[in-house]
Amino acid sequence: MINFSVKAETLGKTFGRRLIFSDLEFEFTGNGIYGISGPNGSGKSTLVKIIAGLISPTKGTVKHILDKKEIPSEKLHNYIGFVSPYLILYEEFTAWENLNLFSQIRGISFNNELIEYLLKVFLLYDRKNDLVKTYSSGMKQRMKFIFAMMHSPHLLILDEPTSNLDDEGKDSVYRIIKEQGIDRIILIASNDKTDLELCSEKILLQNYKKMPAQELN
Amino acid sequence: MSSKPYSLFLKDFRSELRTRYAINSLAMFIIVAISVILFSIGNEKINENLTAGLFWVVIFFTAMSGLARVFVSEEERGTTMTLQLVASPSTVFTGKLIFNLVLVFCMNTVIALLYSALFDAFVLRNFALFLYTFILGNIGLAIASTIIAAIISKAGAKGTLYPVLSFPILLPLILTAVQLTLFSIDGTTFEKSIFELAVVICYDVIMLTASYMLFDFIWKD
Repeated sequence: MINFSVKAETLGKTFGRRLIFSDLEFEFTGNGIYGISGPNGSGKSTLVKIIAGLISPTKGTVKHILDKKEIPSEKLHNYIGFVSPYLILYEEFTAWENLNLFSQIRGISFNNELIEYLLKVFLLYDRKNDLVKTYSSGMKQRMKFIFAMMHSPHLLILDEPTSNLDDEGKDSVYRIIKEQGIDRIILIASNDKTDLELCSEKILLQNYKKMPAQELN
Repeated sequence: MSSKPYSLFLKDFRSELRTRYAINSLAMFIIVAISVILFSIGNEKINENLTAGLFWVVIFFTAMSGLARVFVSEEERGTTMTLQLVASPSTVFTGKLIFNLVLVFCMNTVIALLYSALFDAFVLRNFALFLYTFILGNIGLAIASTIIAAIISKAGAKGTLYPVLSFPILLPLILTAVQLTLFSIDGTTFEKSIFELAVVICYDVIMLTASYMLFDFIWKD
């Protein structure tokens, strides 16, 4: 069994003079679905970007540990899948071309079987040869899930996973989150109650800090 | 060849063929710049000094019009984060550098051919020296342009900042390349040009090393 964990120590972030949060301490150990919630501007997206290694914290560290060894930051992208509304894929390529290019750039073999399965689950199989720029916002959102899962990451970070999705799209996402949460860590940053109901543990960000667990209920 | 940086280069190459982000602006700039020089000199015969200088002026400003696209286009389209999620910083820099190297060599070959066809004074008496200058100069230009493009892509006024920031960084390279081009026009031997050649080689090595060291910090916000 793969032993992957994420540990944050005295984590803080400021943008210029504006404090986003400070002294966050948490640990995600063991596979499962974890949540981050909080009001608008509380730093949910900033926190998941820091966990994904996309931006640096102002203070503190986030450690990604695989089998008791810390993953170096330059290799972190191989272990993380990320979905968010502000993630944009290459619109001048088709979905299939995008996925093919990403697997080449990652240096992994193109898993035809997995990609076709994901395209079917996310209801994009029939449109796989269409340019991404012709997709609706909901289709683009579903495409991001395929992008995030195509390399079977150990940590799947979902920032507002159901934004732009219709009921059918949301059902596919919830089904795949439950399925994937069995053998990896899934981290959901959202305000949507249905999204957060999937989570076994939650972090509430408010007033620049992590609130005690009882505040969630 | 199927390495990660090469795959990133291929992605940019295919993207360029579809979007024509850089090719169109480079082609237009080359035609406009050489036409303006031709109109301004009219029937006058320009000396070798001016010919060598103008050759690198066209190269410098053409580079300024197109080479920043390699990072600016990612930032403008919002795909920078996507790239951060699929590749390490060194892969991204190498891939983008390969793309700019190919673009610089193609662009400058066109400029050199047009120049030799249109300017009577552009007669190379030491062609081998010119070839070395051309290759080493292009490598330096591509490395410096790539790292500066990465820096300015995060800034607000990208268009203005690129030539402003590039000028002091590229000045030692351009001045030495102008001197070496002049040497190859007047037929100076390799032995007498060794100092200038060494300067360009040192410039390329320093820029490449500094770029790889800096890029990690630039790439991550």
